[in-house]
Amino acid sequence: MKRTLATSLAALVAGASMAAADEVVNFYNWGNVTPPELIEKFEAETGIRVTVTDYDSNDTALARIRQGGHGFDLVVPSNNYVETWIQEGLVQPLDRDIVTNIGNIDPQWLNVDFDPGREYSTPYFWGTTGLIVNTSVYDGDPHTASIILDPPEELRGRINVVPEMSDIMTMAIRYNGGEQCESDMEILRAARDTLMSAREHWLAMDYGNIDAYVNNDISAGVYWNGGAMRARLQNDDLVYGYPQEGFSVWMDNVMVLADAQNSEGAMKFVNFLLEPENAAMISNFSRYASGVMGYEEYLEEEMRTAPEIVVPSDLVGAGSFSIACPQEVNDIYSQIWTELMQ
Amino acid sequence: MAEPRESHRWKWLLCAPALTILVLAASGPLLIVLVYSFLTPGNMGGVIWQFSTEGWFRVFFRRDIFDPDDITLNSAHLAVFWRSIWLSLQTTVLCAILGFPTAWFIATRPANTRTIWLFLITIPFWTNLLIRTFAIQELIRNSGTINTVLLWAGVIDAPIQMLFTEFAILIGMAYVFLPLMVLPLYAAMDKLDFRLVEAGYDLYASRLQVLRHVILPLVKPGFIAGSILVFIPSIGAYVTPRVLGGGRTLMLGNLIDLQFGQGRNWPLGAALAITLLVIVVAALMFYLRTLNRDEGGRHG
Repeated sequence: MKRTLATSLAALVAGASMAAADEVVNFYNWGNVTPPELIEKFEAETGIRVTVTDYDSNDTALARIRQGGHGFDLVVPSNNYVETWIQEGLVQPLDRDIVTNIGNIDPQWLNVDFDPGREYSTPYFWGTTGLIVNTSVYDGDPHTASIILDPPEELRGRINVVPEMSDIMTMAIRYNGGEQCESDMEILRAARDTLMSAREHWLAMDYGNIDAYVNNDISAGVYWNGGAMRARLQNDDLVYGYPQEGFSVWMDNVMVLADAQNSEGAMKFVNFLLEPENAAMISNFSRYASGVMGYEEYLEEEMRTAPEIVVPSDLVGAGSFSIACPQEVNDIYSQIWTELMQ
Repeated sequence: MAEPRESHRWKWLLCAPALTILVLAASGPLLIVLVYSFLTPGNMGGVIWQFSTEGWFRVFFRRDIFDPDDITLNSAHLAVFWRSIWLSLQTTVLCAILGFPTAWFIATRPANTRTIWLFLITIPFWTNLLIRTFAIQELIRNSGTINTVLLWAGVIDAPIQMLFTEFAILIGMAYVFLPLMVLPLYAAMDKLDFRLVEAGYDLYASRLQVLRHVILPLVKPGFIAGSILVFIPSIGAYVTPRVLGGGRTLMLGNLIDLQFGQGRNWPLGAALAITLLVIVVAALMFYLRTLNRDEGGRHG
C-alpha cells in the first residue's frame, strides 16, 4: 500500500515537471482566421505549443474573459472594444523587451486613437464591413445599404445580417443620413424604424458562414470583406458591395490578457505575428489585409488585386474608421439592438 | 428503543454530504439569478448593485425608447414564450407517435435480441449533439440532400426553405429527444403482461380495441415519463434552435442567452430564466394534476 502511494506520488511529480517543460500558449481568437501553418511554424521555432479557441463576437469574448478562469493568454478584440478591455484591466501592457518587432507596424496603424503608441495591442488584420450579394439572384448595384435595409423583391427572405451591434446600427444610421455615434434622436428613431421594418425581410441573424453564401442558402447579407472574398473564391456569383451611404473600416488587435498563465510565451507569440512573412500567412488564409509593413512581398497575387481588398476609387470617400461611442449613445444603441434581436 | 433511533441518525449523517451539495448547488445559483433579476444592467453587460424592477417589467412590457411613456405588451417576448411551448408540445407529440411503434417493436423481439435493439437506440448519443445538429442542417438546407433529391425527381421546381424555420427546429428537437421517449416506453412495455393482450383477443376485441383499452392504459406510465423527459429539455432547448433557427427564430433559451451577450441586459436575462422555470413547473403541475384527476375518476 505504502509502495503504491510512493510510486504514484513519483509519477505525479514526474508528470508535473513534464508539464512544465511542455510550454503552452492559449490563443483565443475569432473563428476560422488562424492559419494552421502559422501555429505549426511558431511551435517549430519556439517549442511552445499553441492551442486555439474560437469566438464569434466581441461580446462573447468580453463576457467570457470577464468571468475569469478562462485559461487563455491572448485575445483579439476589434478596435472599438480595445478601450473597454484596457479600462477594465483585462489586458496587460506589451513587454517591449520581447515584442521588439513593434517597429514593423505600418505607421498609419501605429498611433491609433484606441491605443495611442500601441502600448497594449498590435494589429492582427483590418478590413471593411460591407455587403455580399449573389448576382444570380439579384444583379442590381451591390454598393448600397438598401440591399439590406429596403431589400429588392428577389432578396426578401434570403438575407442574413451579422449580429454585431455597432456594424448594423452604424449602417442604419448612415442610411438615414446620420454619422457614426449619432446622438440626434430623430435620426436614431428613423434608424430604429428602418431596422424594425427591414427585419421582416431577413432570413437569419447569424454569423453567416462562408458555406451558406457559397451554397446560396443565403443570397445576400452584411459581411466582412475577408469572408466575402473566401466565399467568392468558391462561387463566382458572389460580389462584395461597399455601401455608398458609408461603410466602416475596422481593425482586430492582438492583446495579452492580464491574467495570462504564460505572459512571456504570449509576448513571444505577439512578436512572432509582427514578422511580415507571418502576417502575410494570416492575410493569405483569412483574406484580410495586414497592418504589418512589408507583408505585401509574401502576399498571394490574387490578394493584391481583389475587389474585396482594393476599394473602388469612387467609394473610398464613403469609408471611415469605426470608433467607440460615448456611453450615453451606446445605451440607446443597446436598447434599439435588444428590440431588434427579440 | 434507543438503537433504531441511533441508526436513524446515522442514516441522516451519511446522507448529509450529498444533501448539502444538492441543496447548495441547486438553490445557490438560483438565488443569485433571482437577486440579479432585481438589479440594474451594467454597461457592456454585468450588473450594477442598485435595486430595479425594470428587468421584470421588460419581460412582459415594452417601453418605447423614444417615448418612455408609450408602454405596450411585449409581444416579441410573448411570441417567443408561445413558440417555445408550442414547439415543445409538438415535439413531445411527434416523439410519442414515432416512439410508440419503435418501443413496441423492440419489446416484442425475442428477449435475447432486445439488448441489441436498445443498444442501437443509444448510437446517436455517441456523437456530439452539435455535430448531429449540423448534420441535419446539411440535410435540409436549400442545396441539401432533401431538396436536391426532390428537385431531381421533379417534385418541386424551387428548393423548399426549411433551414432557419420553426419546422427545422421541430425536426431537430424530435430527432434529438426521440430516445428519451423510446426508452421509458420500452421500460413500460417490457413489464407488460402479454397474456392480457391475448385475453383481449380471446374476448373478441379488435386490434384497435386492444390497443386502446389494454395496451395504452398499461404503458401510460411510460408515456408520462417520456413526455416529461422530452417536454422539459425541449422548452429550454438552446443548441437546436440556435443552429437550425438561424438566430431569428428564437426560443426561450436563445432569448435568455441573448440578454447575457449581445443584449447586455443581465437582469432581464435573469428574469427570463426564472420565467422559464415557472413555466416548466406550471406545466408539470398541470400535467400531474390532470393525471391524478384521471386516475381518481377511474377508480372512483
